[in-house]
Amino acid sequence: MKTGFSVFWAAFVALGASWFGLIYGPLKQLGGAKETAVLQSTEKWPVQRTGDATLGLQIYRANGCAACHTEQIRQTGAAHVIAFTDLGVHQAADLKSFIASLMVVPELMNYSNVITVNLAGWSGEMPKVLYRGADDAVVSMLGDKLKAVGVKTEARVVATGADIARGWGTRQSVAADYLYDTPVLLGSLRAGPDLASIGVRSPDINWQLQHLYAPRSLVKNSTMPAFRFLFKAQKKVDGKDAADALVLPIEFALTDGMEVVPTPEAKQLAAYLVSLKANVPLYEAPFTPITVAK
Amino acid sequence: MNPTENKIFGANEIDTSCRVPLLALFGGAALWLVLGLALGIVAMLSFHKPDIFADCPFLNCGRAQAAANDLLLYGFAMPAALGVLLWIFARLSQSPLALPIVPVIAANLWHVGVLIGTSAILIGESTGHPWLEYPRAAVVLLFAAFLLIAVSAVATMGLRLNRELYPSHWFLFAALLWFVWSYGTANLFLVCNHPPRGGVQAVINWWLTNNLLFVWLGLIGVGIAFYFLPKIASKPLANSGYTLFAFLTLIFFGTWVGIPQSAPVPAWLPTVSAFAALLSLVPVIAIGIIAWKTVCGAKVSCLGGPFCFIKFGMLGFVVSSLLYLSEFCPRASRVLDFTWYNFGVTQWQLLGFAGMILCGAIYEILPRVMDRELPFAKLAKLNFFLFAGGTLLFVIPLLIGGVEQGLKLRDAAVPFADTSAVALKFLRLSTTGQLLLLLGSLCLLPNILAMTIQWKLGLARTVIAYIKSPLETPEVKL
Repeated sequence: MKTGFSVFWAAFVALGASWFGLIYGPLKQLGGAKETAVLQSTEKWPVQRTGDATLGLQIYRANGCAACHTEQIRQTGAAHVIAFTDLGVHQAADLKSFIASLMVVPELMNYSNVITVNLAGWSGEMPKVLYRGADDAVVSMLGDKLKAVGVKTEARVVATGADIARGWGTRQSVAADYLYDTPVLLGSLRAGPDLASIGVRSPDINWQLQHLYAPRSLVKNSTMPAFRFLFKAQKKVDGKDAADALVLPIEFALTDGMEVVPTPEAKQLAAYLVSLKANVPLYEAPFTPITVAK
Repeated sequence: MNPTENKIFGANEIDTSCRVPLLALFGGAALWLVLGLALGIVAMLSFHKPDIFADCPFLNCGRAQAAANDLLLYGFAMPAALGVLLWIFARLSQSPLALPIVPVIAANLWHVGVLIGTSAILIGESTGHPWLEYPRAAVVLLFAAFLLIAVSAVATMGLRLNRELYPSHWFLFAALLWFVWSYGTANLFLVCNHPPRGGVQAVINWWLTNNLLFVWLGLIGVGIAFYFLPKIASKPLANSGYTLFAFLTLIFFGTWVGIPQSAPVPAWLPTVSAFAALLSLVPVIAIGIIAWKTVCGAKVSCLGGPFCFIKFGMLGFVVSSLLYLSEFCPRASRVLDFTWYNFGVTQWQLLGFAGMILCGAIYEILPRVMDRELPFAKLAKLNFFLFAGGTLLFVIPLLIGGVEQGLKLRDAAVPFADTSAVALKFLRLSTTGQLLLLLGSLCLLPNILAMTIQWKLGLARTVIAYIKSPLETPEVKL
């Protein structure tokens, strides 16, 4: 490295290569993305947000909500699940012995312990998971054998992982989920729970509004700051609540004939949160959403 | 250039040529450092007392945290780094600063840009992209200011007497190009009217974040350390053959890191980053060895002086880089992603590595440039201990808390409230560290302010003396 030009050239090639790989490559691959098809459905994904929810994304951005919340679900794998849904004319005890007799089938042999443990102590509650694991041959074999004796089962593919077990979503997040987001606010810290599917968990706008105004009125031990500046206190007209006034528990409610009403920004933010529903199966993140009777 | 034109300049002359630009850059940087650390504490207050800013939108956690981060990077680290870079280039060239008025203008543009950007974040006009929160008005100013300073720096480099480049030249010169390209690209794509659709935005943002926080800060910090360590230790830089190797591997591998393993993007992107992170261990370890060998056996007592700052900073570089790269190990990322760990590592890179080296360099340069002793030399020593203690107290609880939080997040049987509760315990400790850091930054500011005032008073005195001096009246012959 004797001249400035050689340093320039080295830096140019190094950064140029990563620019080509990590900027140009993804732009080519994802930049032209369009709506994709939802698996086993004629619907398209993602769904365009309503006007309020689109504006709400900007409230979410402006207040830096992504500093403490992520909008991405991680998945560690997928599992095949088969569960009883209808026993038909059979009793639970009969089925247990019937299934025990099936364990000589080559596909099932390796899983006989697992299935026996799953059924131990079962006395007919429904739906009852018979097998949950990586092997789909077990699922189809059990389904076929049980169908033959008139027992209904459902077979599903489910995503696995701690995020999904927490109920934060039904599958991993994929690039397609963010097609209509500008800016894309993925977040990198879970000081608060993941919000990728908050609209599925808490679809009630009034719940969202009350939670924004006084988080601890709904979630004990919540560490979320209250966003009271998105609301305004006003005097009740003739002692009656306004149509959109928050219904608050007594320890959070205002006194002296005052009430709390959300500003348009609060309503937009709540509409955005309710619109967050990454709950449809896609080609790159499949799962079985609907019960399929076998 | 015609060698006969070259005149040998004394160190004093070179230092004097840097005086005004460096005061303009360092003064603002020190002020933004104080503000950035203070805003960082404000952001953390929301975790200790959630409703503290419930009625004040400007200081809520999300806005204050973004503003604090940007103040530390764009407000403090960048102008300070550019000032040190200008001085090192002038010294290495044995020539006064070329176009000395340009960096003065640029410094003012830069600080106005930071002011606009920070105000925009606090009133809710941030762009929302991490580390790119400044809106267009601020970005244009920062970019123009950087280009102006780069022009002056490159022109100074061109004036050098000894045509052979010193290792610091490689690192610092590459850093100039690095910022212009990565910051320019990211802003052109993301802070424009038609940003690309969907997940690409996140990828561009991760690319920029890595290229600023890991590669750019790395180039700057290591470049500066490789100038000062041998100088203060009075021995040559160890293994300069390895230095070239370390430089090339850092820029070729380091720049591909940055896509988190959990990213909702096609799987080849995180995989590339994981592989690059593994390869990036090579330059980090190589740089660590070079610095160690250079410092080892040096008979210099530092006790809080610039040497201490820079040694601590180099240790910070190795440790923070190793911690940073570990986030890209697929197995580790399952625990570390989405926890306070990432925040802790970033703060270590910014404060414990770059911040330390820059403060050390400022304390080393200021007395030479101003041609007088530091006005509060004891504060400067105190600064070191406050920064070193503060960084460790700030960052280590975040790292441990992050791992613990990650382990709990991974176990779906643990309720979510418990994962935030465990982090909260560590946050209380880390806020104490932030207070120490803030006190440390309050040691730097008066030194620079006092020197600026002394210099301005000196200027005023010269002017007054000139005005008061009796006019020379031409003798009239009768």
